[in-house]
Amino acid sequence: MPPVCDYEEGDSMSLPQKEPLNLIIAGVGGQGNVLISRLIGQAMVDDGYKVTIGETYGASQRGGSVTSHVRISKDHQYGALIPEGQADIILGLEPMETLRHLALRGSPSTYVITNTRPIYPMCVATGEAEYPTLDHIQQNIDELSRKAWYVDASEIALNLGVVLLTNIVMVGALAGLKIMALKPDRFEHQLKAIFQKGKLDLNLRAFKMGLGHDFGQ
Amino acid sequence: MSGIAVNAPQTIQLLMGNEAIARGALEAGVGVAAAYPGTPSTDIIDSLADVAKDLNLYVEWSVNEKVALEVAAGASLGGVRALTAMKQLGLNVALDFLANVSLTGIKSGLVLVVCDDPGALSSTNEQDSRNIAKMFDLPLLEPATAQEAKDMTKWAFELSEQISNVCLVRSVTRISHARGNVVLGELREVSARASFDTTQKPYTTIMGGAPQYHRVLHENLTKIAQIFESSPFNGYAGPERPELLIITCGTGWLYSWEAIKMLSLQDSVGILKLGTTWPLPGELVKRHMMKAEKILVVEEVDAFLENNLKVLAVDSLPGRDRIFYGKHSGHINPFGEINTDIVIRALTNILNTKYIIRDEAYRQKATEILNRYVVFRETQFCPGCPHRGLFWALKDSLRLDGQEGVLTGDIGCYGSGVGSTGFKQLKTMHSMGSGIGVANGLGKLEQFGFKQPVLATCGDSTFFHAAIPALINGIHSKANFILLLLDNSGTAMTGFQPHPGIPMNAVGDPAPAVDIGDLCRGLGVPVEIVDPYDIEDTTQKLLNVLRHSGRPRVIISQRECSLMRARSEKPLYQMDVVAHQCQGETCGCNRFCTRVFRCPGLMWNTNTKKVEIDQAICVGCGVCVDICPQSAITRKEIR
Repeated sequence: MPPVCDYEEGDSMSLPQKEPLNLIIAGVGGQGNVLISRLIGQAMVDDGYKVTIGETYGASQRGGSVTSHVRISKDHQYGALIPEGQADIILGLEPMETLRHLALRGSPSTYVITNTRPIYPMCVATGEAEYPTLDHIQQNIDELSRKAWYVDASEIALNLGVVLLTNIVMVGALAGLKIMALKPDRFEHQLKAIFQKGKLDLNLRAFKMGLGHDFGQ
Repeated sequence: MSGIAVNAPQTIQLLMGNEAIARGALEAGVGVAAAYPGTPSTDIIDSLADVAKDLNLYVEWSVNEKVALEVAAGASLGGVRALTAMKQLGLNVALDFLANVSLTGIKSGLVLVVCDDPGALSSTNEQDSRNIAKMFDLPLLEPATAQEAKDMTKWAFELSEQISNVCLVRSVTRISHARGNVVLGELREVSARASFDTTQKPYTTIMGGAPQYHRVLHENLTKIAQIFESSPFNGYAGPERPELLIITCGTGWLYSWEAIKMLSLQDSVGILKLGTTWPLPGELVKRHMMKAEKILVVEEVDAFLENNLKVLAVDSLPGRDRIFYGKHSGHINPFGEINTDIVIRALTNILNTKYIIRDEAYRQKATEILNRYVVFRETQFCPGCPHRGLFWALKDSLRLDGQEGVLTGDIGCYGSGVGSTGFKQLKTMHSMGSGIGVANGLGKLEQFGFKQPVLATCGDSTFFHAAIPALINGIHSKANFILLLLDNSGTAMTGFQPHPGIPMNAVGDPAPAVDIGDLCRGLGVPVEIVDPYDIEDTTQKLLNVLRHSGRPRVIISQRECSLMRARSEKPLYQMDVVAHQCQGETCGCNRFCTRVFRCPGLMWNTNTKKVEIDQAICVGCGVCVDICPQSAITRKEIR
């Protein structure tokens, strides 16, 4: 598996080879999708990149699907929407949303890293529709992607005592994979800029748990 | 990390388009900002309100968009630079004043930002507000990036003062709600010498001479077009003699640029990007239109630019065949959003080239998977939403009343009452305050044999915005309707902005609150208060009111929005299901609690075939206790 980028920590010259790098963050309202897109984006801006983020969150507080298109480039500002088939990485906070956006914007060269814990849509909670089994979701994600990684991020976050940290665990796991030039120290710097002491420690721990996640390969 | 008030020129921030607009206003020395919230424009005033105290600004959430524009105009006439921002539908509310103030002119810079919503992602229409600039002869700027959103807003104040008139900035959702690199400029201090010059002639056209004022507007446009000729927001990139020239603005610019790049057409297709779209910089545009015989116009929603370019070509580039592609040729859709894929399709069609977006087998497979495994996420009322209890009581009371009552409504979270989350009770839903207006009409049909009760829903913020005149109308006309005021203590849909009924203002200071109940009683209407968490009592009171007809009656359903409440207070109840009391599939209720009541906190377990409380989602409102025919759902007070 040739990585999209290949950098050593602390190497400021490292750049993603893909131009632009198109990252989709997929999730459901309330999962902190918009927050991490902003933090990843600002971390990349601080590293000298031009970043555009398009966010779709019309009815996010009411159970809707929330998507961020993060576009990272060495020298250009891009439009806010990733064209069809042009997603390089899908970072999923919810497995069915991951599959949805992979099917909509992915290609055989798309990498996927996703949380495994479902958040059921209304029609599933009411028993009118079935949520696919995790096996089915994995099988389909594997089939439509170049490579996919699965993280029980919600479990990790729950072990830290706050399920809301799922998003931060997932960013840690993404940074740990080194498939894009997101430098852990740059991201930690963003956390330090927005969180006060107590919350900051938890967020840093969540990020480190993700960063050190053993994908078993 | 919200960088909008950081005084660090030349640093780069990743700003949302709306934050960039706010920053641009600060760099222009704006003193007053007023608006009514509306997606996708809300964050502009939200972010200015956040920094108002530090920077000595006056920022308010006005009662509606017309008043907001009037507040901004008042500030401008008093010598202070002012900004107002609104969504496209809000601009319609402000139009009456805009039509007049554009004639009389203003003093200090007055910028009106309108955020359109192509694709109607969070609106009931997708109108193209650029037509308003043309209608009232006002200059129009269209940013294409967050950087331009900041820089253009700042420049708009200067333009406004150069012609002593309003300058419009048109954003769209994909600019306002997108983020991009923004290089910050210097913050400018607000001038502290405000005064109104009473020796000047009055600002009005009432003494005659409106056509003279109108003539001045046209002279201004000529002056502005001249300034636009050398604007850095306009520019051409591409070959000297392109086979095809794209003329574009706003979001269309980067979509076009990326499409050309993906198709490797840099040697044959050029882009003329315009940031100043009314009036057009005629000389610049003509110069570039002469370069090519084929012109593709890429823009969002209407053929605004396209039509104006065609007029320009007919008027001043005669004798040459020039083919225009765009909305009229069907290459760019005149409704819904546009994107890079749409420009790619237009280019491959016009230039007769091929481009495979995704491998056909892959796309088919992806579509199959989508259809088979991926379920739609419907919009719903939040867990604990007071609207769910109220709509449930409405459903029950209308059924028990048996007279086929009609429910009309308007804009707010409760607009979702048209769908299954509101048990499909709402039958009309148009604009702010429209429910009560429509109810006025239905409520006067008795002489034509109309016998159904008429009810109108209206939220607390919407009531102040647009419903009060319609209520007064109904009182005077003795229209037969019930006004249901769904008071959840704030403008919930856009992020809990205060309104005149809330004892706090935009910057968090205490403010006198207008009591909705007192206001209605003062008008002489009978008022009843209900608690939507008490379904039984609410249903009974609704039934009573339904049985008395002949004039307007008001019911105020009072409960704070559960999202707002959760910020400061504990849940009311610990909810549980007594497993042996839930009869599951054998009950005969056919999953009444989940299938019909549809609260996200209730979860049908497909293994046990019984209902469960999802404790991670439930906010403990306690309402579902009344739903279960077996009383299997229990609540315990949390102290």
